[in-house]
Amino acid sequence: MSQLVIKNLQVGVETESGMTEILRGVDLTINSGEVHAIMGPNGSGKSTLAYSIAGHPKYTITGGSVTLDGTDVLEMSVDERAKAGIFLAMQYPVEVPGVSVANFLRTAATALRGEAPKVRTWVTEVKEAMSKLAMDPAFSERSVNEGFSGGEKKRHEILQMELLKPKIAVLDETDSGLDVDALRVVSEGVNRVKSEQNLGIMLITHYTRILRYIKPDFVHVFAGGKIVEEGGPELAERLEEKGYAEYVKA
Amino acid sequence: MSALPTNYLAPSGREEAWRFTPMKRIAGLHDPATTIADRISIELIGAARPGFTISRIKAADLPAKSSTDDAVIQRVRADVSEVTHLRISQEAVVAEPIILTRKAGNGGEFSRTVITAGAHSKATVIIENAGEATIGEEIELRLEVGSNLTFISLQEWSANAVHLGRHHAIVGRDATFNSITVTIGGSLVRLLPTVEYSDQGGSAELLGLYFATDGQHLEHRVHVDHGIPNAKSRVTYKGVLAGDQARTVWIGDVFIRGNAEGTDTYELNKNLLLTDGARADSVPNLEIETGEIVGAGHASTTGRFDDEQLFYLMSRGIPMADARRLVIRGFFTEIINRIGNEAIEERLMSRIDAQLEKVGA
Ligand SMILES: Nc1ncnc2c1ncn2[C@@H]1O[C@H](COP(=O)(O)OP(=O)(O)OP(=O)(O)O)[C@@H](O)[C@H]1O
Ligand SMILES: [Mg+2]
Repeated sequence: MSQLVIKNLQVGVETESGMTEILRGVDLTINSGEVHAIMGPNGSGKSTLAYSIAGHPKYTITGGSVTLDGTDVLEMSVDERAKAGIFLAMQYPVEVPGVSVANFLRTAATALRGEAPKVRTWVTEVKEAMSKLAMDPAFSERSVNEGFSGGEKKRHEILQMELLKPKIAVLDETDSGLDVDALRVVSEGVNRVKSEQNLGIMLITHYTRILRYIKPDFVHVFAGGKIVEEGGPELAERLEEKGYAEYVKA
Repeated sequence: MSALPTNYLAPSGREEAWRFTPMKRIAGLHDPATTIADRISIELIGAARPGFTISRIKAADLPAKSSTDDAVIQRVRADVSEVTHLRISQEAVVAEPIILTRKAGNGGEFSRTVITAGAHSKATVIIENAGEATIGEEIELRLEVGSNLTFISLQEWSANAVHLGRHHAIVGRDATFNSITVTIGGSLVRLLPTVEYSDQGGSAELLGLYFATDGQHLEHRVHVDHGIPNAKSRVTYKGVLAGDQARTVWIGDVFIRGNAEGTDTYELNKNLLLTDGARADSVPNLEIETGEIVGAGHASTTGRFDDEQLFYLMSRGIPMADARRLVIRGFFTEIINRIGNEAIEERLMSRIDAQLEKVGA
């Protein structure tokens, strides 16, 4: 059983005109096995929340706390957070030229497991995970995310999640750019890890269609750098119908 | 042998073409007052095979086809009495690469090599340069109709080597020229990878990689002359610099003449600065005299480590030092992997690793 606790989190970015405040006090607790959908307008700070949890150096934490099972996450380096069990599926996965997917996955698995996985079982493990996500095995030899289509990048994120087996996953618009088939395949992947690992999930999305596959326990409305309303799955339906107008007017 | 132009003037270092080069360090290769030995130290590795011949020919019987205004190359042409001629036979497909190695040893050398790719032939030629040497050299690559030549030049020199060279391709009708230039050794290396087309339908790809550490000066002056319609060129050079006084220069001159309709060209130079105290100059230069082209573009970036890549790798649990190593190695392997010869790729990567280790990158 794991628990990610975000308390009154305040985050800014350094700009030419000084510190710009983006997150204005976020409170959220995610337990193993729970799915928390986060929905909110563009620019409201959803990715900032995701990146701050993962430790992106661009963001400065100006207040509040994030803990995983009582341990201070904000004190950890980026790789330590991954080792602690936090995984971020990025909205825009980064291209790393010259580093093959196979090499990348193996290096990551080695780092997280503390020892290099046995070659034979590892190759099978990767192949199986790829085939479950309907990914061509040829991706192994390609450079990380380089020249991948939007949908291929998202599958590759979930592939990593399956192999790295985190405790808490933050999925930042994993559904954007996926066609219906890909959406189903990717959602099934997420659900597999959820049931196998009892994964706790923060699912950032603009659309309810992914929520038909990955059933949220809680829906949070995010606007102006914080959570402004919370509810059950029915809240998502209402948001898709009515939009965020009632939350964004100052 | 040809005569040095009567108006030959040793460059002072103030000329546009020489302004980046530390003249004091080129060991008089440009200066007629310095005598440089006329000798050939290039040798074939392994036995002769069908599909090609190597011979020595009187320089007067195999004069250069292209013109050059490079002072050192003019001296090379004036001083050299014999030329090495590698000729790939017409329609030959040479499966294994032809590897030439230069045993220059200490002391100076001026030499000329001509590589002729016979009509519709296909071959890979690799030239390995290692050890200490002070050398001025010209390689002229003549691609006859429909030929396909991959030319790989490896500068794996020892620390004090000085190498000034011109590697000039003349790409014939429907011929394909692929080249990879890797420069990781030497005190001072200044290469002119240049291309011209003698007929339509030719295509040239110039890939390059250079890695300068403490005190090395590595200069590559690419020149692609589109003087014929419907030819294609792609130039990608990547550089890594680390350590005090590491210095690289990349010039990318692409010239599309008025009659060169249907030209398709793109050139890219990317430099990665790993430490303070290093300096990379990057000067892409595209001159276009006709609008009737397929495409023409260039890009140049010089920067520090990409934090986004580092973050991505670390967010998967990979520690900072390993993530850095992966990204840096990736930067190199993009070009190195194109060589297509595992033994050579491994040799280059292990030298690169050792040099990275030394500068603590
Ligand atoms: N480096 C930066 N400099 C200035 N402003 C920034 C920077 N990074 C983020 N921001 C701003 O912070 C705000 C929140 O951005 P964020 O990416 O978190 O939004 P989001 O909710 O994920 O939006 P979307 O739905 O479009 O993905 C935006 O207004 C954005 O412009
Ligand atoms: Mg976002």
